[in-house]
Amino acid sequence: MRIECPLCGSRDRREFYYQGHATALDRPKPEATPEIWDDYLHNRENLAGITEDLWHHEHGCGAWLVVKRNTISHEILSVWLAKENGL
Amino acid sequence: MRFSGLKILTEGLKGNSGWGAHWRDPEPAQEYDIIIIGGGGHGLSTAYYLAKEHGLKNIAVLEKGHIGGGNIGRNTTIIRADYFLPGNSEFYSHSLKLWEGLEADLNYNVMHSQRGKISLFHSDGQRDAMIRRGNSMRNQGDDAELLSVKQLRKMLPYLDYEQGRFPIYGGLLQRRAGTARHDAVAWGYARGADQRGVDLIQNCEVTGIEISGGVVQGVQTSRGPIRAKKVGIVVAGRSSQLAAMAGMRLPIESHVLQAFVTEGVKPCIDHVVSFGMGHFYISQSDKGGLVFGGDLDMYASYAARGNLPMVEHVAEAGMTLMPMLGKARMLRSWGGIMDMTPDGSPIIDKTHIEGLFLNAGWCYGGFKAVPASGNCFAHLMATGKPHVAAQGFPMDRFRTGCGLIDEEGTGSQHNLH
Repeated sequence: MRIECPLCGSRDRREFYYQGHATALDRPKPEATPEIWDDYLHNRENLAGITEDLWHHEHGCGAWLVVKRNTISHEILSVWLAKENGL
Repeated sequence: MRFSGLKILTEGLKGNSGWGAHWRDPEPAQEYDIIIIGGGGHGLSTAYYLAKEHGLKNIAVLEKGHIGGGNIGRNTTIIRADYFLPGNSEFYSHSLKLWEGLEADLNYNVMHSQRGKISLFHSDGQRDAMIRRGNSMRNQGDDAELLSVKQLRKMLPYLDYEQGRFPIYGGLLQRRAGTARHDAVAWGYARGADQRGVDLIQNCEVTGIEISGGVVQGVQTSRGPIRAKKVGIVVAGRSSQLAAMAGMRLPIESHVLQAFVTEGVKPCIDHVVSFGMGHFYISQSDKGGLVFGGDLDMYASYAARGNLPMVEHVAEAGMTLMPMLGKARMLRSWGGIMDMTPDGSPIIDKTHIEGLFLNAGWCYGGFKAVPASGNCFAHLMATGKPHVAAQGFPMDRFRTGCGLIDEEGTGSQHNLH
């Protein structure tokens, strides 16, 4: 599997660290209820199909990326910088 | 299909032409008392113990494919009770005891082999941690022995003891650990459940869960609607999809775990050997294949196949530990879908919907849990109360932070287990 880093180009999967679903970018406010924090931290849609998740280009430019990909086929559809989501 | 010594003898004389199917292939009824969704190891053992220990009759197991076609037929078959933390410790101890009586209980040869499992350590600190683990196992009532390098060299002469990166300092041996024939476990439980009147309905995919007024009413399936008073979800890597049908989001991410088997070779590895530092473990099947695996590929996946970097990593770890492996040719590999929880431990619990129960989150360690998982889940579904050995697996531990079972000590967070 290769991931197209917007800054570095196509790179081997081994350069990237997988964080999890991009829901991590939607951090609740500190005063949000425990239920909202629990949902944010633990519960996942865990889709079989097209998802967006967060990868860190750890052994590259160090950018956080959102990778839109298919969890059934491993096909990668598009990649953009996480900061475009407001990180 | 029943077995006896006489039957085996007479069938041997008749060219084994008289054996029938091991279980019926019934049409689904319109209604059951209990429906188990998922005909894998855990679902079948749940149905078996519901019928056997709780005397329940009107039960169906719904399987979208065929019995034994999921993770129960694709795993590295290791059985052990070497967990450290309360919650896991008593549960896997319970499971190992059930394994030890399983063949007699099912009257089925699951080729249970207590060949012993050895966990290697590579530093003074790891030795101390392993001694502590061993003491914890013995406190639980299970067996554990610390092996010196001298003892190990005698038992496992083929390891590279002086490798520069991870020199071997010793091992922790559990003699009662071992392996079993995974397919036979599914078949044995399926046959046992069927004999007790459970309907095993294959090629029957659940497409919806009917809920009314907060109470489960039944399921929609590819073979029509089926009503039920209680429904248990036991579908491993597909748990999130089934839960979504009931409007729930679970603390689960599905990841891919690869495993590998070589061509058959003469007996050379007599135990299960675990090389934690290399994320590598190995045993030899009775057919002669070396069965080994490593860690997750570490990204969410339903592809049922992994990527090459992990193949390379596992092969490197294997070669580091036992250089003789390099002469064997890999026969096949596969990737299973693992239902990973944030703390790496399972969930056996009710849901907020009355009559709907969940058994999930077995991560990459579900095989050894098959007997106790079914036994404890059946207890919960039949009595409404958790089994004493599975009290540590409620779902709300993630919300409260109380009772997390983080065996690896890395934190309760997705992607860390």
